[in-house]
Amino acid sequence: MRRVYMDHSATTPVRPEVAQVVTKYFTETFGNASSVHAFGREARKGVETAREQIANLIKAKPEEIFFTSGGTEADNMAIIGTALANKDKGKHIITTQIEHHAVLDTCKYLEKQGFEVTYLPVDAEAMLDMETLKKAIRKDTILITIMHVNNEVGTILPIKEIGAIAKENNILFHVDAVQSFGKLPIDVNQMNIDMLSASGHKIYAPKGIGCLFLRKGTKLSPIMFGGAQERKRRPGTENVPGIVGFGLAAELAGKEMEEENKRLTKLRDKLIDGILEKIPESQLNGHRTQRLPGNVNVSLRYIEGESLLLMLDLKGIAASSGSACTSGSLDPSHVLMAMGICHEIAHGSLRLTLGKINTEEDIDYVLEVLPEIVEKLREMSPLYNSIKLERREECSKCTLTK
Amino acid sequence: MYTDKVMDHFTNPRNVGELDNANGIGEVGNAKCGDIMRIYLDVQDNIIKDIKFKTFGCGAAIATSSMVTEMVKGKSIDEALKITNKAVAEALGGLPPAKMHCSNLAADALHKAIEDYKNNNS
Repeated sequence: MRRVYMDHSATTPVRPEVAQVVTKYFTETFGNASSVHAFGREARKGVETAREQIANLIKAKPEEIFFTSGGTEADNMAIIGTALANKDKGKHIITTQIEHHAVLDTCKYLEKQGFEVTYLPVDAEAMLDMETLKKAIRKDTILITIMHVNNEVGTILPIKEIGAIAKENNILFHVDAVQSFGKLPIDVNQMNIDMLSASGHKIYAPKGIGCLFLRKGTKLSPIMFGGAQERKRRPGTENVPGIVGFGLAAELAGKEMEEENKRLTKLRDKLIDGILEKIPESQLNGHRTQRLPGNVNVSLRYIEGESLLLMLDLKGIAASSGSACTSGSLDPSHVLMAMGICHEIAHGSLRLTLGKINTEEDIDYVLEVLPEIVEKLREMSPLYNSIKLERREECSKCTLTK
Repeated sequence: MYTDKVMDHFTNPRNVGELDNANGIGEVGNAKCGDIMRIYLDVQDNIIKDIKFKTFGCGAAIATSSMVTEMVKGKSIDEALKITNKAVAEALGGLPPAKMHCSNLAADALHKAIEDYKNNNS
């Protein structure tokens, strides 16, 4: 059976060049980067090369890159660290309703600690309005934390404009760039970014490695203690193989970005157009053009996401959904809810995220298999009656409003 | 995460559809929680002659719907009323803990359909 992996926003396979260098740092260059001896010095050299590779990708300085265990840790470090370091200046933080839980739950934690958080609403395409942001700014706002690309619907938020507003108001700006790092051009200076979180396993590096960019001179209280590594900001023995792999993956992503984005955009648009054309009563979620090249997120009415994923899996296709069953709670995706999409339609959402390993044949295969599966599930659905052409509009009863 | 039996009922659901001559219909769930189960009964002389279902929901919701129709087809309505959600889950070799409450409602839908039949014929 054909196997098609279309869940690259969840994770990516480690690319062979990266796996090769990672293996070398596991078995040969295995020293502790803090050790004085040659083994340690060789490991240190690998870490510092990676720091440069990552800094280059976002136009930062190497000493502004701090390695972490991943995007979640970097988000925690940036948000809690800024809050603690600036608590005498103010206690207000601005974020959006569509952030990843690594940001949302950290903000909720800070609310319990006495900070105040504004969760900005977004429009039907998950786009943020700059006037809404400006209005939310208070005298005691110490941090704006907003994602670059939404992980579910792929909408690209206007980071440069947000950065300009943050700078104008002298507020620190953190960007969760887990879904854009290595995929979209980022210039931390042009975009006025003070902090940025990135993750390795979204760009063909191993899991368990990420980093925080922290602009020189930015105050940040550490949230972990116990060593001088990463200049005391992130103590603990460095994950040298992961760091080295992350560095190489970042460099390669930068080199290939333009060409790969052209390719992915073409595949993405073919998939979106094909689904909307072949499946009646389907809709695209997220922005049509301000969209991550590899992201497709559609809602297929009258069916539920988990059963759709199971059916796709039986056909070898790996995807994800924002339905409650897959989000681990009783409510469907908070992102789709924030966009004003009603429960029934959100439960029928399907995310297909493309990457390096996908080909046009993969797109054709999905376009062949998906309509049949949707039809089969709709035939089972009490909300859908293809013969009588009766449709139950559960949405009309939906209490949610845009 | 699902047993082979659940996957069997999910991929080859028994008794899917509607009954034009149904004399009892029951529905539970709502679109908000992502599960709606609808059961159609054709009851003759207190015996469930035919039963069909339509379900909007996850794999467990579809499998339990299919299972419950298989369990009661040809049985008396008194026997059918004794079937619990738990018994349906057990007949499927169990469900993941998270699914026990949200998607395991097929027996409730069945009982509602029987209630509807009784109301129609009282």
